[in-house]
Amino acid sequence: MAVLAVPALETAGQPATGTKLSMVVFSGDMDKLIAAFIIATGAAAMGMEVTMFFTFWGLQAIRKPVRSGTGVFGKMLGLFLKDINGVGPSKLNMGGMGRWMFKKMMTAKGAASLPELRQTAIDLGVRLQACQMSLDIMEIKREDLIEGVEDVVGVAAFLENASQSTTTLFI
Amino acid sequence: MEAVKADLTLDLTGLLCPIPVVKMAQAIKTVPVAGIIEATATDPGVMADIPAWCRTTGQTLVSMERQDKLITFVVQRVK
Repeated sequence: MAVLAVPALETAGQPATGTKLSMVVFSGDMDKLIAAFIIATGAAAMGMEVTMFFTFWGLQAIRKPVRSGTGVFGKMLGLFLKDINGVGPSKLNMGGMGRWMFKKMMTAKGAASLPELRQTAIDLGVRLQACQMSLDIMEIKREDLIEGVEDVVGVAAFLENASQSTTTLFI
Repeated sequence: MEAVKADLTLDLTGLLCPIPVVKMAQAIKTVPVAGIIEATATDPGVMADIPAWCRTTGQTLVSMERQDKLITFVVQRVK
């Protein structure tokens, strides 16, 4: 049996109180969203205050499975946009087969699924914010987004938050 | 190792990153200060992640051992 000697230093860890993570979630790819939510939930578990700012393709992660759009282009776009269950990986998606394969492989290994990770993030108090301008351009309404979304904000609100953060990420 | 009376036993076997640390973060709030959590896990990432989680959140990692695939660790709540 390998017993690890744990040095006394382990006990004197610095508390994470006051540390913050701000993340821009730009990508709507399944694999990148998995990374984003794993980091967000991990950070929240470490005691960090976490904000995820969803913009452009990233909005699919917080979109309900609805047909969004008001004008012709917006409605066309609405047909292509997915919800969290529909997004595919950035590589090897092959018309949805890649998504299916990754879901199968993740389930087989007992990894949390993307919807489970998002729910965990919400349960841990991760703040989900949507980009106002992306919503306007892509013709996505506030009510097209899931209930867990706390705010719809702009770049200044994100930057104010980011400037007070110890860690900032763009995914 | 002398068996410590755990306030909470946690089965984290079969769970992958980030769920073990998420469950620890949730569980630590349910034991009193100075309370003990004894957990088992199988994800090898736990060997690095649980010590990091303890250092960052200020809890004490009392012990951590690995027997084949099974990892057993004991954490004491400090605050």
